[in-house]
Amino acid sequence: MQNVIIIGAGLAGISAAVTLAEQKISCSLISLQNSERAQSVLAEGGINAALNTMSENDTVQNHYEDTMKGGVFLADPNAVQNLTSHAPEIVRWLENLGVPFNMTDSDIMLRNFGGQKKKRTAYARSSTGKIIMTALIDEVRKHEASGLVQRFPHHQFIRLLLKDNICTGVRIQDSYTGKISDFSGTVLLCSGGMNGIFPGMTTGTTQNSGDVTATVFRQGVKLGNLEMLQYHPTTIGISGKRCLVTEAARGEGGRLYIMRNGQKYHFMEEKFPELGNLMPRDVVAREMFFVRREFGGEVFLDMTALPELTWQKKLSDLRQEIIHYLSLDPKSNPIPVREGIHYFMGGIDTDEFHRTNLKNLYAAGECTCQYHGANRLGGNSMLGALYGGRKSAETISQNFTEIPEVQEISGTDDIPPASPALIHEISQILLSGLGIVRNQDDLQNALNALEVLKNQREYSFYEQNRLLLAEAMLLSALERKESRGAHYREDYPDKDENFRKTTVSECDENHQVRISFRTIPEKRADS
Amino acid sequence: MINLTLEILRRNAPDDSPHWESYDYSTQDENANVATALTELNHTLKNPVRWECSCLQKKCGACAMVINNRPRLACDTPLKDFKDSVKIEPLRKFPVIADLIVDRSILFENLKIMKLWFGEDAKTNGSQTAYEASRCLQCGCCLEICPNFFAGGDFSGMAAMIPAARLLTALPESQKKEIFKAYQKHVYEGCGKSLACRNVCPAGIEIDKLLVHSNAVAVWKRKFKHDK
Repeated sequence: MQNVIIIGAGLAGISAAVTLAEQKISCSLISLQNSERAQSVLAEGGINAALNTMSENDTVQNHYEDTMKGGVFLADPNAVQNLTSHAPEIVRWLENLGVPFNMTDSDIMLRNFGGQKKKRTAYARSSTGKIIMTALIDEVRKHEASGLVQRFPHHQFIRLLLKDNICTGVRIQDSYTGKISDFSGTVLLCSGGMNGIFPGMTTGTTQNSGDVTATVFRQGVKLGNLEMLQYHPTTIGISGKRCLVTEAARGEGGRLYIMRNGQKYHFMEEKFPELGNLMPRDVVAREMFFVRREFGGEVFLDMTALPELTWQKKLSDLRQEIIHYLSLDPKSNPIPVREGIHYFMGGIDTDEFHRTNLKNLYAAGECTCQYHGANRLGGNSMLGALYGGRKSAETISQNFTEIPEVQEISGTDDIPPASPALIHEISQILLSGLGIVRNQDDLQNALNALEVLKNQREYSFYEQNRLLLAEAMLLSALERKESRGAHYREDYPDKDENFRKTTVSECDENHQVRISFRTIPEKRADS
Repeated sequence: MINLTLEILRRNAPDDSPHWESYDYSTQDENANVATALTELNHTLKNPVRWECSCLQKKCGACAMVINNRPRLACDTPLKDFKDSVKIEPLRKFPVIADLIVDRSILFENLKIMKLWFGEDAKTNGSQTAYEASRCLQCGCCLEICPNFFAGGDFSGMAAMIPAARLLTALPESQKKEIFKAYQKHVYEGCGKSLACRNVCPAGIEIDKLLVHSNAVAVWKRKFKHDK
């Protein structure tokens, strides 16, 4: 029987592993650390599904429309239709795995989240990711015991094995012993977002370095919508990173304001009366940037009016976290918040079946460009990871192909990681072009600076890969001459229907980066 | 301004004999913690200190180590708590791989031995106990401080009791016999109730409450049933 190799043991990876195991297909689950250390455990606010348990007449169609609109119609409508229509069943599945969601008297409770008019977000206080991961890890353990899932923790992805543009497996390295091995089989990448491209500046983990995406890009895998970085509106600076203040804080009634002429100005509520503080994240982050530029000072998140019961039952973890890091009790003090890089809507370009442009190579979770278009709605990331893992596993199970024999090798290899100094330099160049507000000059200057950097010295394998990825990110933003979702160009402030396309980045054999635009599929009548 | 000497117990490989090395470290960041210090120190070293980290906000348990003789998460150990110097060494209950990295696979093996999973659908219905038990980081700090745990022994410690506690809130009838038996052998019989674990859990899990609950479900109810 053929083996599936899953790179990454976060939510998408283990969702895929469980799906494969249920179909009696074995997999190797390869990750740098155990699933308990995956970024998925940081997800806080919840998971969206039109369960309609709150008497608001919510429907899958509403969820579909909000997701498409939130992503400013850049997502594949057929994929989003699949995602949203399976969401209720996925949350029920989690409930049956023993996830202790917050409950009404009789059913799963749902909370408000950004970009959605109806309560649609199932949650476990403000640690939903951790609580879901615990249940799923237990489920994987069952399949580990039966031998269907074989874990390879402390193993690092080095590169894909390719033969005539077909993916035949992966080369991995044991980070404990240094030993390298080649694994042959169908490959599913679930390697997470590209936080490591912006070290210390994101809400994510240090383990999601972006190296997998950078490496497969160099090897010919196409990437999509790299310009779409999500800045989460409410983060706080802690030592070494940005710390997320969950959108649930606003979902439960938290209000944003800035001081204007000595008065509190609730800018979101005044400018967007309908959704107010719960506008999609791209809008909130941009407005925060603008009001700070106009009035100076910090934007505050005011949760002081939240009822005692909300703190106790719904946001207890968040309160403890804020007290711990800011020495401020959010129950009695508004807290200063800033936008922070939180999610990568762009990544490995896949179709709705999670196929990449290389045969036998699939991708799911945050490493992909799928479901979220130009801006992800809060509560859709865990859903995208769970559903994406499942969908890709289903596709794989239906499309097993013969893999050519791979020469097994073993030995040790010293592949130096990218130097911290270079990583820092690249991130500074990227930030100078890829802020919340962008323009042609800044992007061109950033590209010029990157070109200078590229020619400074010889670079190692990982360093070269990062330089190529950085170039693709900047070029994607330069070529998208419109404003859409997370990509705001002050020189092209309007949406342009001609750009309702996926930005595709490709690296050719000579390591030249090319950008093209691909038409988004039409929605099928049957989807 | 923080000025400290970091004393780190180092070794390049599992079989090397460990040796202490001292590094001067200073930072303007008053909120800096041991994880920040290790990250920045490594930028200056030819032979960087090997250690594991991931979330940097005490939610993943990767960076557990012994700091001034206490098992803690590096990212949850502020430097301003120390004067002059701080001693950093790997967890001692697990095999050392290099520097501060230890192989904690025994944690996960023990959960497999106890067969800790739901064999069929099981709803916890928002149980507070299930929630609390789902928060375990599997960092190993509780095992490090435990006077009764050693790798390879029958006692799996609180790092197994807590995951078991989640299952015990909704355990299907079909699994009760086996899981209760495993619980008795691998948790109940080995725990000397020092409860030192309660004071070091980085997630602040109310271990004693969970232990009372789990013992009641897996041991005492069963005993009462037998007594009848």
